[in-house]
Amino acid sequence: MKKSNLLRAGAVLVSLSFVGVACGGSDNAASDTTAAMSTEVTCDAPVASIALQFPETGDAANLGAPMLKGAQLAVDQYNAANADACVTLKTFDTQGDPAKAPAVAQAVVSDATILGLVGPGFSGESKAALPLYDEAGLATITGSATNAELQNAGFKVFHRILANDAVQGPAIAKYISETLKPASVGIIDDASDYGKGLADAVKTAAGATVKASDSIDPKAADFSAAVSKMKDANPEVIFYGGYYGEAVKLSTQLRDAGVKSTLVFGDGVKDQAGYADAAGPAAEGALIACPCKDGDATFVAAWTAKYNEVPGTYGAEYYDAANVLLNVIKAGAKDRAAVQTAVNAYDAAGITKQIKFTENGEATEAATIYMYKVEGGKITYVADIK
Amino acid sequence: MSLTESFRQRTTPQLQLGNRFRALPRSAKWSLSALLIAALYLTPYWPDVPVLGWIINTPGTSFENVLTDQIMMFILVALGLNVVVGFAGLLDLGYVGFYAVGAYTTAVVTSGQFTLPWIAALPLSVIMAMIAGVILGTPTLRLRGDYLAIVTLGFGEIIRITANNSNWLGGPRGISKIARPPSIGPLQFGVLNAKPYWYLGFTVILIVIFVLTRLENSRVGRAWAAVREDEDAAELMGVDTFKFKLWAFAIGAAIGGLAGSLYASKVGFINPDNFQLQLSILFLAAVVLGGTGSMYGVIMGGFLVAWIPERFRGFSTRRYFVFGVVLVLVMVFRPQGIIPRRGAAAGIAKKGESDV
Amino acid sequence: MSHWLIYRTFWDLTVSGIVLGLIYALVALGYTMVYGVLRLINFAHSEIFMVGTFGVLISLTKVFGISLFDDGQYPYRSGFVLVAILVCSIIAAMVVSGAGAIVLERTAYRPLRGAGDAYGAVVLAFLTGLIASFLFSDHIMTNLAIAAVITGPVSFGYVRIFRRGRQAPRLAFLISAIGSSMAMAEAVATWGPEQRSVYTTPRVLEKKVLFNFLGADVRIDYVIVAIGAILMMTSLLLFVNRTRLGRGIRAVAQDAETARILGVNVNSVILVTFLLGGAMAGGAAMMFTLVYDQTRFNIGFLLGVKSFTAAVLGGIGNIKGALLGGIVLGLAENYGSSIFGGQWKDVIAFVVLLTVLMFRPTGILGESLGKARV
Repeated sequence: MKKSNLLRAGAVLVSLSFVGVACGGSDNAASDTTAAMSTEVTCDAPVASIALQFPETGDAANLGAPMLKGAQLAVDQYNAANADACVTLKTFDTQGDPAKAPAVAQAVVSDATILGLVGPGFSGESKAALPLYDEAGLATITGSATNAELQNAGFKVFHRILANDAVQGPAIAKYISETLKPASVGIIDDASDYGKGLADAVKTAAGATVKASDSIDPKAADFSAAVSKMKDANPEVIFYGGYYGEAVKLSTQLRDAGVKSTLVFGDGVKDQAGYADAAGPAAEGALIACPCKDGDATFVAAWTAKYNEVPGTYGAEYYDAANVLLNVIKAGAKDRAAVQTAVNAYDAAGITKQIKFTENGEATEAATIYMYKVEGGKITYVADIK
Repeated sequence: MSLTESFRQRTTPQLQLGNRFRALPRSAKWSLSALLIAALYLTPYWPDVPVLGWIINTPGTSFENVLTDQIMMFILVALGLNVVVGFAGLLDLGYVGFYAVGAYTTAVVTSGQFTLPWIAALPLSVIMAMIAGVILGTPTLRLRGDYLAIVTLGFGEIIRITANNSNWLGGPRGISKIARPPSIGPLQFGVLNAKPYWYLGFTVILIVIFVLTRLENSRVGRAWAAVREDEDAAELMGVDTFKFKLWAFAIGAAIGGLAGSLYASKVGFINPDNFQLQLSILFLAAVVLGGTGSMYGVIMGGFLVAWIPERFRGFSTRRYFVFGVVLVLVMVFRPQGIIPRRGAAAGIAKKGESDV
Repeated sequence: MSHWLIYRTFWDLTVSGIVLGLIYALVALGYTMVYGVLRLINFAHSEIFMVGTFGVLISLTKVFGISLFDDGQYPYRSGFVLVAILVCSIIAAMVVSGAGAIVLERTAYRPLRGAGDAYGAVVLAFLTGLIASFLFSDHIMTNLAIAAVITGPVSFGYVRIFRRGRQAPRLAFLISAIGSSMAMAEAVATWGPEQRSVYTTPRVLEKKVLFNFLGADVRIDYVIVAIGAILMMTSLLLFVNRTRLGRGIRAVAQDAETARILGVNVNSVILVTFLLGGAMAGGAAMMFTLVYDQTRFNIGFLLGVKSFTAAVLGGIGNIKGALLGGIVLGLAENYGSSIFGGQWKDVIAFVVLLTVLMFRPTGILGESLGKARV
């Protein structure tokens, strides 16, 4: 009796797993690329390695994926060109969690082959990890942590390749007031470090034109309280500070409620697949500001060839950041101190901008914000905001 | 439950080990304990020991820091939550709230709004967490079982959201540059060397174990056991159940606050994301996985919950799947936890009617 | 300014609050029924809801082959085709969620009740094999193969180790629930094609405004949610109150031991309870995707917590209480967010719960699945 039950249950499960195999068959390609990406590039005798600290797993992993892809692309291209002196990319996953960052940073620091670090991905984990990197003299270059306090915290090793939120917020407000010239503005944020920081900067700069403001809980699905508020105030422009996942929901719910305002977003929304492709008609006409550039056609072509998709948010920045470290190592920097000095003195063209750092680690060309617009379902460049 | 079954329950290997230890002469007990404690103080060096090192070391992250930032905190928190869940039988799903109160108190008084020294911040954090425990406990402890669970869960969220929306507490940016413990002689509490934090933290853990053992065997401990096993009977026998439940809540909260304070001063930076709801659930998992009510069990549970996901980083994105499955398997095959409370089988004789 | 806002947007907030509340209520039914029968917080119910939304997604995109957008526009359908798609996707969601709930019960709870059987053993053995195979291979097909080979012998062992007749402590159930919840969400996040990203579900129903209610737009999707939810709840009530199995559920909820002695097959009653709860969650999943057009691996967690709050608010174990609790919670969240700002939404939800429990310690309508007055 017991045996036959077991057999029956086993048969059910086996047939179910066959169904799973049949359905999953088409997904093989996807999982293969993921596997290939997370392993290091074949590099038999590395002269050095660079580290990447980013959220590979956890809730923010979707934001971390382009960071890895960008850095990996740079390293792969470098190794293809310099097979005799190749460099490995070592990835370190923090889940974007400040609580895990110090342990990860310690592991990075104690690996003597690592001469520089790309990242950290987020501002929170930066604040927790940078003290360790600073103590160890390991140069870091982030292409995404845009919190406006990091550069003033006194970390010598901190470098950032794009404009911070204190630049981006006023620039967005300027674009809104000078180009869109609305009578009224509505502001929404996601109550996160990044989203609220940016929204507050826009709010301050936009001054009296702000008619309504609200925060949303990014983990919730329903934003109807904020939507009702906007519907009531009916501002000509609505700015949302947050990431693309919520921007999709918010745009859709606003449009469904009949709100016709022009939508304006910050860099966290500039993701073709994550925002424009997912929100479809609701995204049409939305303006997205970003301190990031798309990168040139060669870069986009190389990315598309490797990953079979268009570059994601911060992908180009991470490509540039990794290239800074690679170029410095190629130029002969053999230890961390040398890399740190060379990065400070670095001055060369990247794909997003001329890369040169100020004394507190900001990129000198980080004063420009670029405005994009969703047109025909594609995020396309519109104008510079100086 | 039949007599033979409960007998079998008591003679699982772990308990035999415990009984054998208890049967040893006093001198042997002392020297064995001293040896064990010495070995545990040296935990940061374990990854360098040949076989043990391979087992325990965490790839892709530094074991020393995992030990101080996570394992140490989980052990302390598990000990504290065990007072609430294991001793008094109250289901608390918002324990992260007390952890947050402790961490935020230390952060605010040493770096945010005031500049008190660390040595003053630590007791202040414990007291603040205790006060939070009393404030939460007074209205809610009259609720029973699962109602308490959802209310405490809400409390944990309220603390986090308040911190996120209060500029005074740093808002979503959090608070950085939190004071470190003062360095004494060779114990330099710096950035790159985490070992001193373990020596400090392990000492704190030993003190907490000592205090809790005394408490468990005192009148208070017996009152807790009475409340846990049958609250109505305890009430009828003249135990002031509300008072003792509040005590359990306050003492549990104090230990949570202590852990939070140590965490804040070790990492030097906190923000509301450190205190997500999921953490409360992991805390509870640590207690139950190890063995509700058993002090050494929950230490083991705290260690495992913090360590497994880090040890199996090689599994990459699948490690939380693995962790979830492991939780189910352990509960199915060892429902009393890895190291059950002594006499746990007898305590649960009422066929799962008690909350724990 | 914000004080007047609540008046101006009151009906708008009311309509969307009720819609959200009905979705909470449908999910809350699963919590409340399982709680009524087993006195267990079925923490993994949130993931039962989550897999339901994926059932809808698969039915729309794979079975009907509807793409996300046609030339940048929503792929609207109309007439009979639309009705067929909606009906099929709600059935798909209910089947997926119901099946998920049964597997969950057999695997994670039944062995803990001391009644572990072969089905649970096989699933547990398979999962053991799967996680063991990660040590050797990164490729999912190889993992599945290794797991399938291991399943046989290990499940024989597991059936033997199951502690028959011995009830585990209640906290063990809770942790088992948390573990399976984590495993389910992570499985979707790891092996789903989009992994951890948001999935947008194709929008087949054009969200036209049907009529205007005191200044609030009532859209067609809202009406469908309202009618669907009321229909599902009514049929559930009828089932529990009028059928033999329903009587069994009430009997077990009141006193499992006596019900067993009187000849009720407690294990099958529990299975039916999980199936019904799962089906309701599946219905909720369909309504959810209809209104919000999206899903994600972690979509269940917060919604689950809120729905459980709703269940407690109305009186856990009480089917009508779940409806009332859901609507009260949905409205309170909407009104509260409008007055205090959306960042306080969850705080408002819990403060309402705390206030209600202060005055009515067993929720608005009290516990009653077993009290026959459902």
